[in-house]
Amino acid sequence: MVGMKKNKLNSVLFHFLSCTVGILMFYPLLWLFASSMKSNETMFKDAYSLIPEVFDIATNYQSAWEGVGGVSFLAFLGNTVFVTVLGMAGCVIISLFAAYAFTRIKFKGSKFWFSCVMVTMMIPSQVMVVPQYIILKKLNLIDTRVALALPWFFGTAFFIFMLVQFFRGVPKDLDEAAEIDGCGRISILFRILVPVVKPALVTASIFAFYWIWQDFFQPLIFMSTPSKYTLSLALNMFLDPNAYNNYGGLFAMSVLSLLPTLIFFIIFQRYLVDGIAMDGIKG
Amino acid sequence: MKGKQSLAKSEYKRKDNIAGYVMLSPWLFGFVLMWFLPMVISIYYSFTDFNLLNEAKIIGFKNYIRIFTVDDTFRQALKVTFVYAIFLVPLRLAFALFVAMLLNTKHKGLGLYRTIYYIPSIIGGSIAVSIVWRQIFGNQGVIMSLLSAFGIVQKHSLLGNTKTALAVIILMGVWQFGSSMLIFLAALKQIPGSLYESARVDGAKSWRIFFKITIPMLTPTIFFNLILQIVNGFRVFTESYVITDGGPLDSTLSYVLYLYRRAFNYFDMGYSCALAWVLVVIIAVFTIVLFRTQNNWVHYESGGDD
Repeated sequence: MVGMKKNKLNSVLFHFLSCTVGILMFYPLLWLFASSMKSNETMFKDAYSLIPEVFDIATNYQSAWEGVGGVSFLAFLGNTVFVTVLGMAGCVIISLFAAYAFTRIKFKGSKFWFSCVMVTMMIPSQVMVVPQYIILKKLNLIDTRVALALPWFFGTAFFIFMLVQFFRGVPKDLDEAAEIDGCGRISILFRILVPVVKPALVTASIFAFYWIWQDFFQPLIFMSTPSKYTLSLALNMFLDPNAYNNYGGLFAMSVLSLLPTLIFFIIFQRYLVDGIAMDGIKG
Repeated sequence: MKGKQSLAKSEYKRKDNIAGYVMLSPWLFGFVLMWFLPMVISIYYSFTDFNLLNEAKIIGFKNYIRIFTVDDTFRQALKVTFVYAIFLVPLRLAFALFVAMLLNTKHKGLGLYRTIYYIPSIIGGSIAVSIVWRQIFGNQGVIMSLLSAFGIVQKHSLLGNTKTALAVIILMGVWQFGSSMLIFLAALKQIPGSLYESARVDGAKSWRIFFKITIPMLTPTIFFNLILQIVNGFRVFTESYVITDGGPLDSTLSYVLYLYRRAFNYFDMGYSCALAWVLVVIIAVFTIVLFRTQNNWVHYESGGDD
């Protein structure tokens, strides 16, 4: 009986703690959503309030939809989707091949190249941005959407490292058995390893999606034509005090830009959590 | 007989070499284009006065000398970045571990909490979130309006105060503890239950179990996170750029923001490249020190294959 009482107390304490943390964490997002519905005149009256005094949803969201700098929201969205899909596809597939090579093939120089991967993980990409700018300029790629996908397209050290860790966890007997059965490398990779590390791949894709979607530093430097801007740059343009003093529109556009990432999260969160939990490998 | 076997073996090796490089080639191409060439170019420019307008002239170590002797802004940016990383990473990891332990129990609604806590991390890199932070902690923001609702009138907002502005930016980083939390949660689930059971049979107290089993079993995860996040801490830019634009009085001027300004506001490209290499060396030293200490505190369950 005492044990049961203790359990109940524990449970109340747990939910109290968890809810407090949850509310504190969610407040900024709720605030953004509420503010996106406030009229510009009452925006900063009782700014903490989550309930708009005067609603002006239509004006705010219409101005967000119309976009900024003469470019519509949909155009920014399209640019972002293009860059993200291209970058993500390359990033995941090329990282997968690299990780396979590092863990399953004994070739000359493999250790050297793997240390190169680790070096690129340690060096912030921002450090390379001046020379990258110069190279892309020489290649006539500055101010193109392709330039924004390129830094991601060829795989990232983080994914290669992550997949290498996953592959190391998969017993080699699995692919040795397949090899005896006459499977080639590509079919071993796709038939044996990919299904086992599928959660890791899905996780990698989701991360890639978020990183590229929200990327700001490289777009800021590589792009100059508003019609090719991604959503991050569009929001930044909205922030320019000379251009606008339209906070309602700014917040509405912020909400609209977060919406796809939230929807993506809701669809894939099951995979994400499964992926991180690595169920496939434990068994 | 023996000769034939080694011949077959070397043939096998040659095939492996080819296969390895074929699989690696896409990454290798990107590495050369986006890393190796830029590195070479960047080292070269760091010894020049290149500024996009004039031909680059080699000036020896002048940029580096200027950084370390007369550039006060460099010192300020370095200090800001250090303080940021040193406070952010341990705070975030500790909080992530705390919440992961909280969620690694048997209660109702775990999935919901996990989802809610994770959302800030996935959208945190978005400039929209920086905008929110700027508005909440800035003038006319939530904090100011709350304070005035209680009759407290402050001259400066938290972001307008040189003493608190950086803390607000660090807070935003801690707020994004979710992905470390998920990684800890997964690692916690991987610890074999039998370990805990036998410890309990032996009568070990829970704090002892935490320090003797949980923490050691988590050290590979902690290590991985520590390295990644310190490097990430050094690259902070968006927050600094959007929330405060480095102000007030450079109190939130991050290293990368300074580097960016040097390159793209002043077009001091050569100098900016030198700044970049100084940052690389600093990060390298950090990483090497962490890797060196690895054997002392990181426990790997299986030896690994190389």
